[in-house]
Amino acid sequence: MTLLALQGSLELGIIYAIMALGVFVSFRTLNMPDLSVDGSFVLGAAVSVVMCGNGHPFLGLLIAIVAGCGAGSITALLHTKLKIQPLLAGILTMLALYSLNLKVMSGRANIPLINKTTVFSALEGSISGDYGKLILSSAILLVMLLLLYLFLNTRLGFVLRATGDNEQMVRASGVNTDSMILIGLALSNGFVALSGALIAQYQSYVDVGMGIGMVIIGLASVIIGEVVFGIKSLLRRLIAVILGAVLYRLIIAFALEIGMPATDLKLVSAVIVALAMSMPIIKKRISFMKRKLSKTPYERSEKP
Amino acid sequence: MLRVEALSKLFGQGSTNEKRALDKVSLSLREGEFVTIIGGNGAGKSTLLNCISGVHESEEGRIILDSVDLTFYPEYKRSKYIGRVFQDPLKGTAFAMSIEENLAIAFAKGARMGLRPGATKKDIDLFRERLQLLDLGLENRLKQKVGLLSGGQRQALTLLMATIVKPKLLLLDEHTAALDPTIARKVLNLTRQIVSEEKLCTMMITHNMKASLEFGTRTIMMHEGKIILDLQGEERTSMTVERLIEQFEKRSGAELDNDRMLLS
Repeated sequence: MTLLALQGSLELGIIYAIMALGVFVSFRTLNMPDLSVDGSFVLGAAVSVVMCGNGHPFLGLLIAIVAGCGAGSITALLHTKLKIQPLLAGILTMLALYSLNLKVMSGRANIPLINKTTVFSALEGSISGDYGKLILSSAILLVMLLLLYLFLNTRLGFVLRATGDNEQMVRASGVNTDSMILIGLALSNGFVALSGALIAQYQSYVDVGMGIGMVIIGLASVIIGEVVFGIKSLLRRLIAVILGAVLYRLIIAFALEIGMPATDLKLVSAVIVALAMSMPIIKKRISFMKRKLSKTPYERSEKP
Repeated sequence: MLRVEALSKLFGQGSTNEKRALDKVSLSLREGEFVTIIGGNGAGKSTLLNCISGVHESEEGRIILDSVDLTFYPEYKRSKYIGRVFQDPLKGTAFAMSIEENLAIAFAKGARMGLRPGATKKDIDLFRERLQLLDLGLENRLKQKVGLLSGGQRQALTLLMATIVKPKLLLLDEHTAALDPTIARKVLNLTRQIVSEEKLCTMMITHNMKASLEFGTRTIMMHEGKIILDLQGEERTSMTVERLIEQFEKRSGAELDNDRMLLS
């Protein structure tokens, strides 16, 4: 792999890590697989590209976050107030967002950013040359990581984490679990939309289909991070998610390097996640089979 | 303190399996009163507690706690006044979080949530001090996950969490039923200690007839959604387990079907 390709995947990994942190909030802290991610990622991207077109790349990032929070809130309300199952609530939001994203993009399926200022091009002169993109995206990621870590250690953050563990206990502590799910999913999709916004400005275009399978990439990052880097403390878990996202990108880059067609990407992602999620049961099966096939000491002594 | 007025609860309303779990139950508790509740399976003991705490919505009647009408409050709002310990030791705590974090959530009850630190140093000192009272060595394990604790330790912790902000009413739903006898005894003694120190208005369901007379200041017996016996004062002090069983069979017109109650 060339150094340039390596740097490219590192940059992408860092931006996708923000999305993975969002998926971590819904999937791990709230214990709720939220599929609206596929839609809110594109929503963030669409909003930021439109704002770039109007000459406000930085403001675009902020508005993308707000839009993402809105999308997450819809999923939360569908689930908590209308009692729709979390998976279905996410799918409904994702579906609705597809049309909404096209509206944001004025009915066009993709918009390239040609000769427009993005957050990356705006800083090109000031930050040392080739590493500008890397430094900026790392800085944004670090700020988001710090904010999330601090938030999860506030009173509100404690209760949010407890909601994923044991809703009954949270209600017995006098807190409305519906509000916690709302806050959690809003936060989660805010992160996802920011990630989408940055990706769009990074690659200078938005495509309405760019979010397909995004939730799977997020899950893959979370799980790879947990398996490789551990789950000891909260900070370690968050850092593991980030490293997982970067590692995932590197794996993909390597697979492309050795000749995998780019169109197979989603298939490979799905297989990675399926394998990672079934790891505990596979391990159990294997040890069971080993026991079944091995001879007991009694049988061994029977040998002539 | 607590006034339950003609409270009724139906399960499976309109179906052929319709069951009146609570049948116009009225009950009034004075401040600091510690009521033990006994009764056979399906007598309505847990339903009564669940209707008071808001897990179930009642169909008829009123629940008034310290002159606040709780009847139409959602569960989480009632929890601001009510402390609870469940039968299942898994229900009362967040297993993936530390002892300290669990206590911090309980300690924040009624306060504004907001973005202040989850647990300050001062809070943690207080938690440590309170945990010492449990005499289980938990004060040295504040950072450990609750998932690592035994059932008895969890129930003791849940009891502490339920009372760390003084509730107006403490509801204990067979909170020692899932524990082995030695630990159950310990948790019961702990319950008595906390309740008497804080002068808490308490309702405790138990399947243990002996404990129902030994603990608390008043004993209620339920059968088919009704209160069939209400023992207090002199009458209660002179009551024995044998006479209690006799009373039950006389008043309910049924044999005591609950082996658990007889054997323990």
